[in-house]
Amino acid sequence: MKATVLVRPKEGILDPQGDAVRGSLGHLGFLVREARVGRLIDLDVDATSAQEARAAVEQMCVRLLANPLIESFEVSIEDDS
Amino acid sequence: MNEARPRIAVVVFPGSCDDEDAALALQRVGADPVLVWHGEPELPAGVAGAILPGGFSYGDYLRCGAIARFAPAMAAIERLADQGAPVLGICNGFQILCEAGLLPGVLLANDTLRFTCRDVTVRVEQADAPFTSRCESGQRLVLPVKHGEGRFVVPPAALAELEAAGQIVLRYEAGSNPNGALADIAGVRNRAGNVMGLMPHPEHAVDPLLGSADGALLLGSLVDRAREHQPTAVA
Repeated sequence: MKATVLVRPKEGILDPQGDAVRGSLGHLGFLVREARVGRLIDLDVDATSAQEARAAVEQMCVRLLANPLIESFEVSIEDDS
Repeated sequence: MNEARPRIAVVVFPGSCDDEDAALALQRVGADPVLVWHGEPELPAGVAGAILPGGFSYGDYLRCGAIARFAPAMAAIERLADQGAPVLGICNGFQILCEAGLLPGVLLANDTLRFTCRDVTVRVEQADAPFTSRCESGQRLVLPVKHGEGRFVVPPAALAELEAAGQIVLRYEAGSNPNGALADIAGVRNRAGNVMGLMPHPEHAVDPLLGSADGALLLGSLVDRAREHQPTAVA
């Protein structure tokens, strides 16, 4: 089962990478007030239901994929059954 | 004074690069260092302290230290720390201890976005065992930093707790903060006091020929404590 995890820097956490991206976009002539850079993780999970897959992926986020101090995460499951 | 050489483990992860320097520096300050591969589930017999060295464990994939913290040797390091033995994380080792939850906070990309490699001056905030007993309170130490992700961050409430509990051991001198770390924090310890992490590299500063020998004060303090922790010292 396909799952996608979106990890974002939490609000209030300084994101110098995002600032650099915003600056560079500005040089290209794009007016951008803010840019934040996160991470996208595609997974193919062995699970028998979307519910089971979601529970497992949320555990993966808590234990490894995101650091709750500085990052939030969103899980989406693509149920192709 | 007991001049026994305490055994200190230096854990080697794939991508560690300061392990040999840490071992050499430990030897110079009176320890018997032993390199331990990260896949080892147990530490060698008689180990009375440990260093997690600098480097780029697992290529810094995902987040610095995030993958290394699950190495089998880390479970052994946690048990050693639970026994009160001194455990010091340097640079990447600091990042690993934070990810493992043995130290509070997290280390993020430098606010400059640059990899910074230079000497910095840090101030000793707590001059006591196990990591700064050879220092004086307020003493300035010159130590090199070399990192891209050294900006220490904790939530505001946690910072107040760290300050109140005296867990901030080293701060960058005003104007010397190389990474934007919160409250100029260069080194912190856990509540019990026996686990510490710092971004500067004491193991690269143990000889005046290298520009500074101040790192020997920190590593020497650790060795002093490890000597006391020797199993034979238990009554």
